[in-house]
Amino acid sequence: MSDIKKFMFVNRKAPYGTIYALESLEVVLIAAAFEQDVSLAFMDDGVYQIKKGHQTKGIEVKGFEKTYGALEDYDVTKLYVDAESLAARGLTADDLTVPVEVMSRAELGKMMEEQDVLLSF
Amino acid sequence: MKFSILVNEGPYTHQASDSAYQFAKAVLAKGHEIFRIFFYHDGVNNATRLTTPPQDDRNIVNRWSKLGEEHKLDMVVCVAAAQRRGIVDDGEAKRNGKDATNLAAGFRISGLGQLIEAGIQSDRIVVFGD
Repeated sequence: MSDIKKFMFVNRKAPYGTIYALESLEVVLIAAAFEQDVSLAFMDDGVYQIKKGHQTKGIEVKGFEKTYGALEDYDVTKLYVDAESLAARGLTADDLTVPVEVMSRAELGKMMEEQDVLLSF
Repeated sequence: MKFSILVNEGPYTHQASDSAYQFAKAVLAKGHEIFRIFFYHDGVNNATRLTTPPQDDRNIVNRWSKLGEEHKLDMVVCVAAAQRRGIVDDGEAKRNGKDATNLAAGFRISGLGQLIEAGIQSDRIVVFGD
């Protein structure tokens, strides 16, 4: 399996409240282990996944903010954020726990068009 | 064309599993190939043989098993997601010290690598989720 495909993971849900974000991260790490061309997009409430300062003690759920920071170690560095989703939630790139590329919906759509595999969680 | 299908929701609560099934049937009816159907998140609950829906309703689990058998489909349940939700085959029961199994016919439990491989090997991977 030497084929390398472009995998984009589209994250649209808040980090806690449902398990989608956590289990999506697990797929991202496996895709990276398979040495695929991996990128992540964050939109809608998905932008909260990479907001700094997750505090999960009160809800007794394991926090996983640090995993986003570790993505770099897996050569996953293409993180794209929908500018409208950020702005609608009063956030800027400074509020985020990892370096990202903030882009318009049109630009994000173009990135999606270039992918071989789009997995939306 | 070679398709793979990702099912991210369990049976009955969400339409996603029904839609995935209808899509799989349509794909096969059109003469296309299904490389793999992968069950993730609550989608793993499609693979418990212990469901008993009302008799006048569709049996989603049996329907998958039948389709899988008829078309020799590779229906894979994610092991990590299955462990969280109590979907167990003989190997998992032994490994994790469980006193029962519930994996329905036609399904197998394996790792997330199978999903990535499906993405690599298929022309299209179609996601059914919430």
